[in-house]
Amino acid sequence: MSETSLVLLQQVINGLTLGSIYALIAIGYTMVYGIIGMINFAHGEVYMIGAYVGLLVITALGLLGITSVPVILLLTLAVCILVTSVFGWTLERVAYRPLRGNPRLVALISAIGMSIFLQNYVQIGQGARDVAMQPLVSGGWRFGPANGFQVYLSYMQVLIAVTTVLFMTLLTLFIARSRMGRACRACAQDLDMANLLGIDTDRVISLTFVLGAGLAAVAGVLVGLYYGLINPFIGFIAGIKAFTAAVLGGIGSIPGAMLGGLVLGLAESFTSAYLSTEYKDVVAFLLLVFVLLFRPTGLLGKPDVEKV
Amino acid sequence: MSALLEVADLGMRFGGLQAVDGVGFTVERAQVFAIIGPNGAGKTTVFNCISGFYRPTSGWAMLEAQPIHNLSSHRIARLGLVRTFQNVRLFKNMTVVENLLVAQHTRLVTNLWSGLIKLPRYRRSERQALEKASFWLDKVGLLPYANREAGNLAYGQQRRLEIARCMITQPSLLLLDEPAAGLNPQETRELNTLITELRAQHGVSVLLIEHDMSLVMGISEQILVMENGRPIALGTPAQIRSDPKVIKAYLGEE
Repeated sequence: MSETSLVLLQQVINGLTLGSIYALIAIGYTMVYGIIGMINFAHGEVYMIGAYVGLLVITALGLLGITSVPVILLLTLAVCILVTSVFGWTLERVAYRPLRGNPRLVALISAIGMSIFLQNYVQIGQGARDVAMQPLVSGGWRFGPANGFQVYLSYMQVLIAVTTVLFMTLLTLFIARSRMGRACRACAQDLDMANLLGIDTDRVISLTFVLGAGLAAVAGVLVGLYYGLINPFIGFIAGIKAFTAAVLGGIGSIPGAMLGGLVLGLAESFTSAYLSTEYKDVVAFLLLVFVLLFRPTGLLGKPDVEKV
Repeated sequence: MSALLEVADLGMRFGGLQAVDGVGFTVERAQVFAIIGPNGAGKTTVFNCISGFYRPTSGWAMLEAQPIHNLSSHRIARLGLVRTFQNVRLFKNMTVVENLLVAQHTRLVTNLWSGLIKLPRYRRSERQALEKASFWLDKVGLLPYANREAGNLAYGQQRRLEIARCMITQPSLLLLDEPAAGLNPQETRELNTLITELRAQHGVSVLLIEHDMSLVMGISEQILVMENGRPIALGTPAQIRSDPKVIKAYLGEE
């Protein structure tokens, strides 16, 4: 393979890795929006909490003397999903449910308030500085000529891709096949009607927050392990990016969030490689502007059919 | 035995507007009861108060001697009162059969774990739900369309699917808000037959709002006439037809 195609391949790998993370977080935005039409701006913070819980669990497991990497990973993911889901559930219960029925702006302001609160809460508990997360999975494969450009695919990148695909598949099956998933889809189409048919819509709403938080926790743990550093402010930019991914793919659509995440990840990685790292956010948001101009419902979003 | 639905002195005020005032009536078991009146008379507001969409500002409503006027809609639905709206509100992106499955949600085991690992109990209840769905699809003549998207059905079929979706929750009282609106004469006659059957074979009571007088007069046992938020007459179709106040409300005074 020529050097240019190797460089291209490297960017695709990096882009898909980053995109997977965005996609995992974006699901939380899109599901909540799909059901209650609200942007949960504290979702980025939920992801940040997921990363911190991951750090604490890994440290604790280290102290307990557990050294097997697969065991640590599984336990960390499980505990993280559990704890972060509780945060997601509580967030909805405390900050959004009491405001339901009010204009959307009210809940939005509450979300921004919760975002600031959670950031400070973690700062007080864990400090405002960067904390290092020990790399659990290191190493990788190299391809390419010994004296030219070599493509590097780390084990961690593979882990991120596999984990993301696994959780996305589980979520898709859950929504398409299970009874609760069916109730979720019904609620997304007509919340009042679902309620009238006896579906406990409050429970369904809680469930979307729990699922969204669980996936954000997975993203948090993966990012912590991938970059090795976390701080209480990582939620903000990741949240904005994932939100962009959700809008890009068509907010309210789960496959849209997945696609939007990947497109955004690829766009950023290509810009970093071929243009300049400083421009990656510019390109990401320009992409958003153009999609909104020419396809306001996003890539996979359905046009808002007549609401009589 | 007490009446199925008892409504007394029901009132609904929106700010300065008294939309409904002093409405009271009783629906017996297996009865068809109609509310009629000119547009803006407050008929749908009464429905909204009874079905938990609004919280009435005065009066009360009881379903089988249990107060329902301050319950939320899903609790009322579980007690056996379901409704349709003036406009069709199906889950349009779901298939016809899925619309009927989702309506059985509360009556099925929804335990997350048993669903994920598909326990035998879950499978069995899912199969029963499907059987029930096909029974009702057959009843309203939609069995051949089971796997179509609900939004792609013809208007009259969507109306029938809505009624099936209500009936599958095994209600004791069905509230239909203008079920014949937009139907052609043939479809209206089919609706008439369907309502009569539901009542005769499934013992359900029907409370309906309707403008189509041939339908109302043909199937109702009791009729409540409303005007400007207040009840002006209550009686059998024959009584209503000859009531001077009703004639005045509909035709105006000379």
